[in-house]
Amino acid sequence: MAQARPSIASSQLLTRDQAKALADRVLMLSTADQTRVLIVSRWSGNTRFADARITTSGSVTDTTLTISVAIGKRQASSSTNALDDASLKRTVDVALQLARLSPEDPELMPELGPQTYQSVNAYVESTADLDPEARASAVRRTMNAATAAGKPAGEIFTAGFLEANARVTVVATSKGLFAYHRSTDADYSVTARTPDGTGSGWARAGARDWSAIDAASIGRIAAQKAVASRTPQPIEPGLYTAVLEPQAVNDLIPLLGNAFAARSADEGRSPFSKPGGGNRIGEKVVDERVTLYSDPADRGLLGAPFDVQGLPIGRMVWIEKGILKNLAYTRFWAQKQGVRPTGGALAGGLALTGGTKSTEEIIAGCARGILVTHFFYIRSLDPRTVLQTGLTRDGTFLIENGKITKALKNFRWNESPLLMLSRLEDIGRPEPTEAGRLMPALRVRDFNFASLSDAV
Amino acid sequence: MSPTRRDFIKATTSTAAALAVGDHLASLGAEARSAKAVAQSLPAGAAEAAVIDLANDALNAARGAGASYADVRIGRYRRQGVATRERQVLGVSDNESYGLGVRTLVNGSWGFAATSVMTRAGAQAAALEAIVLSRAARAVQARRVELAPVKPVTGTWITPVTRDPLDVPLEDKIALLLATNEAALKVTNVRFVTTSLALLREVKTLVTSEGTNVTQTMIRVGPYFSATAIGNGDFQSYDEELAPRGSGWEYVESLNMPGNAERWASIAAEKLMAKSVQPGQYDLILEPTNLWLTIHESIGHPTELDRAIGEEANYAGTSFVAPPEKVIGQLQYGPPIMNIQADRTQEGSLSRVAWDDEGVPADQWLIVEKGVFKDYQTTRELVARIQKLTGVTRSHGCSFAESWNAVQFQRMPNISLLPGDKDLSVNDIVAATERGILIRNAGSWSIDHQRYNFQFSGQGFYEVRNGKIVGMLRDVAYQSNTPVFWRSMDMIGGTSSYWIGGAFDDGKGEPSQSNAVSHGCVPARFRNVTILNTARSS
Repeated sequence: MAQARPSIASSQLLTRDQAKALADRVLMLSTADQTRVLIVSRWSGNTRFADARITTSGSVTDTTLTISVAIGKRQASSSTNALDDASLKRTVDVALQLARLSPEDPELMPELGPQTYQSVNAYVESTADLDPEARASAVRRTMNAATAAGKPAGEIFTAGFLEANARVTVVATSKGLFAYHRSTDADYSVTARTPDGTGSGWARAGARDWSAIDAASIGRIAAQKAVASRTPQPIEPGLYTAVLEPQAVNDLIPLLGNAFAARSADEGRSPFSKPGGGNRIGEKVVDERVTLYSDPADRGLLGAPFDVQGLPIGRMVWIEKGILKNLAYTRFWAQKQGVRPTGGALAGGLALTGGTKSTEEIIAGCARGILVTHFFYIRSLDPRTVLQTGLTRDGTFLIENGKITKALKNFRWNESPLLMLSRLEDIGRPEPTEAGRLMPALRVRDFNFASLSDAV
Repeated sequence: MSPTRRDFIKATTSTAAALAVGDHLASLGAEARSAKAVAQSLPAGAAEAAVIDLANDALNAARGAGASYADVRIGRYRRQGVATRERQVLGVSDNESYGLGVRTLVNGSWGFAATSVMTRAGAQAAALEAIVLSRAARAVQARRVELAPVKPVTGTWITPVTRDPLDVPLEDKIALLLATNEAALKVTNVRFVTTSLALLREVKTLVTSEGTNVTQTMIRVGPYFSATAIGNGDFQSYDEELAPRGSGWEYVESLNMPGNAERWASIAAEKLMAKSVQPGQYDLILEPTNLWLTIHESIGHPTELDRAIGEEANYAGTSFVAPPEKVIGQLQYGPPIMNIQADRTQEGSLSRVAWDDEGVPADQWLIVEKGVFKDYQTTRELVARIQKLTGVTRSHGCSFAESWNAVQFQRMPNISLLPGDKDLSVNDIVAATERGILIRNAGSWSIDHQRYNFQFSGQGFYEVRNGKIVGMLRDVAYQSNTPVFWRSMDMIGGTSSYWIGGAFDDGKGEPSQSNAVSHGCVPARFRNVTILNTARSS
C-alpha cells in the first residue's frame, strides 16, 4: 500500500529562515574580529545491488557547521554537527582558541560583506523524493532491461549503485554576507558481466533531476556492451586513434582543474607557467575547436553560485577556441596580481564544447581506432604535463572503417588530457555526464595505449 | 557529488583541509575539562549511560518493527588537522562529528539509516527508516542474508598510546611543522615545502540485538612531508614516507621531522640533477616504504571476498583471485618464501581493534602460505560462502564503517608480507644484484579492476650495478601483472628489516568509504620487471 509521506529530503533540510537563524546564533557567539559560518545540511538515499540482491542501502541526514574565525591575522576553524547551544558555543570557543595559538597568516583576506548572486534553481523535487521503494523499483527496471539485452550471452550479472542527494549550503559572515543555495543530484551507474566472465559493460547517468534518468536504458546499454565485449582480443599496445565516449572524456577533462590554478602557473609549477616567469593567458594551448567553461547558471550545469567563502561564482571561460583565456584566482592571489578573484577552478560546473556530432557519428568518421567506454584508476604521473596513467574498462572495441569490428582487451594508458586536446581529430556535442557536467565524445590521434591488461 | 573513480587512496596527500570531525570530551577550555573529569569517573574508554540508552531505544524500535537482527553504532569522531607551507600555516581545523547508525535485517534483507539527531525520537526514527529500507530491498532479493554466529561480548578497548595527540598543545604542533619547513628550506633550490599533521580520535560504541555491547577508542596520527625543488627550468618533488599509524604523539616525535627535513629536502634537489631512467627490464629492489602500497593494491584488494563474488563489480571491480572454489589452496600467488598475513592485531597498525563493527573479535590468519592462496577477508555475512572450502566457520572480523553515517561492510584488515627465514637487510639484497633499480617511498599508483595490470612509481630511485648503488635516477615507474610480479620475487629481507606502512584513505564501496589500513613488509627483489620512463611516455 502506497502511503503519503512527506518528501524525505525537503522535510529535513534547513529552510532559508532556519539557516539564517542558526547562522546568526553562531555569529552572535563569536568574539573574533571576523567570523564566517559554513552550514551544509544534507539528505542522501542510496541503493547498491549486485547479483540480483540489494547488498546495501542507506539513508543519511546530517547538518555540519564549520566556523572560521580570525583574530587580527590569526585564523582557525572548527566544525560540529551537534547544533545545541552548548555544542555551538564549544565549537566557537575551540576555533577562537586555535586561532589565538596560530601564527599570523600573511595571506589572510578580510571576510566578504553582502554579495549579489545569480539565481540558480538546482533543486528538483523528483530527486529529493526518491525514496527506498522508488529506488528498488528503478533497480528492478534496470535488471529486467539488462536481463533481456543480455540474453545472447546467457544469464547476465548486474551490479550497480543509485544515489540521490539533496543539500542546502549556507555561508554567512560577521560582515553581513548571507548566501543560501539548495541543490539535488541523482547518479546511477550499472555494470553488467557475462556469465562466462569474458564480457563486461557499463553505463551511467547523472542529473540534478531524477526524472531525466532512464533506469531501463542504463541496464540495456550496460548489458549490450557486456555482450559485445565478450572474448576480447589483444592487439599490440601503442599509439592509436581513440574515440572516447562522453563518460570517458568526463573521467579526464576535470583532471585539468589543478592546472588552472593561477598561483601554480605564476609560481612555475603548472603546464600554464610561462618559461622565464608569468603565465600563458592569451596563448593557444589546445586545438582551436575546444572551448571549456564553468557557469553555475548554465541550464546544463546548474552549479553553486558561490563558493565556501561566499564569493560569487560567475561564468568563467577557461579556454576559448583553443586560447587560454582565464586562470583561477583565489582572493589572495587575485589581490596580489591586481585582478578579480574567480574562486576555485571549476567551481561552477564544467562544460567542454565545440562540436555538434553524436558519438555514433564520431565513430562513423574513424578509419581505424579504439573505442573507450570509460576509464578507471587514473593517477597523476607528471604535473608538468598533466600526464596521467589509468586503464580502460567495461567495453573497449576496435573501430575499422567507421564500424565497431571486435572487442579488445583492456589497456593501461599514459596520456595527458591537456596534450591530447592538441591532437584532436573530432569533437562531438556536449552531453550530460553527471550533475554539473557537459562533455562530448572526442576522437584523438596517437593516444598512448601503453600495455595490455587481462582484466575484464 | 557522485563518487569518482579517482578516490581509491589519497593517503599521502591528506591535509588538514581534508579532515572532517570528533569528540566533545577533549576540547579546550574549562567546560571541556569538567566534561573530561566526568568521563574519567567511568571505566577507561567506557560509553556514557546516555549513549547506551539511545542505542537501546533504536534497537527496541527496530525489533518492535520486525527486525530479526539489528545493530546500532554510535560514533563520536574528532579530527584535528594542521597544515603548513614554507613559513606559514595554511590551516588549523578541529572537527567533530557525532551520530548514530542503525542496521536492520528483515526477512534476510539489510536496511541502514543514520542520523545526527541524538534524541530518543531521533534514534527511533532512524531505526524505523532502516526498517523501511530493509522492506524495500525485498523487491530485489535473490538470496537471504545469513550471519555466521558470534558470541555476544561486552567490553572496552583503547589504542595504547603514551600521549594522546589531541592533548598536545597546538603551539607544539605548529612549531614542529614550521621548524621542519625551515630546515628543508636551507637546501639550495628547495623553494616549496608542505607539511601537515592529521590527528584522529574515534570513539565508537556498538550495541547489537544479540547482546554485544562494546566501546572502542581508536587513536591515529598521520604526519606528512613534501619538498619541491625548482631549477634547470624544471621542478621535482620528494615526499618522505611518514607512515600513518595507530599510535600516539610519541610516534610523531620519534620521526624527528625537524632533524631529518634537510636530508629529505635535499633528495628533491638531487632529483633535479638525476639521470632520467633508460626504459627496459631491470631487477627491482623495493624498500618496505614502497612495497607496502604494492601489497595493498595487488594482494589486499584482490583477496576481499565481497569483491571476488562481484559485490564491488560496479566500482572498485572484481578480482582475479576467483572464483573461490578454483583458487583456495590452488592459486600459486608467488614463491614459497611468500607468506601473507592478515590481522587486526599488530601494534601500531591502523586496522588494529579489539572487535570489528559486528562485534567479532580481532583475528590473525594467513592469506597466502608458502606462495599458495589460502583464505579471503570475511565478515559474518560472507564467511558461509567459503567455509566448506577453508574449514573456517568464524568471520575473520573485517567489518568496518568509516563513520556512524555509513553502513559497515567488508574492509581490508592489515595485510603484511612476513619476513624471510634469513635475516637479510636491503643492503644484502643490493649486494646480490647485478643490474637493478632500488625504489623508496610510494609514488603514483594505478591498477586495473581485477588487479592484474599495475603501474607504480616512487619518490627516490637508485641505479644498482654490480652490487652497489651507483647513482640516482628519476622518471621511474614499474609496470607488471600481479601473478607474474609476485612469482618473480626471489629475495626478501628478514625480521630486522620489517616496517609498517599504511594509508588513512583506502576507498571502496558505494557511496565510497575510507578505511585506514597498514601493511607490514620487508624489502624484496623482483626479477626482470618492466621499467617505464614517465617523462617520455606522453
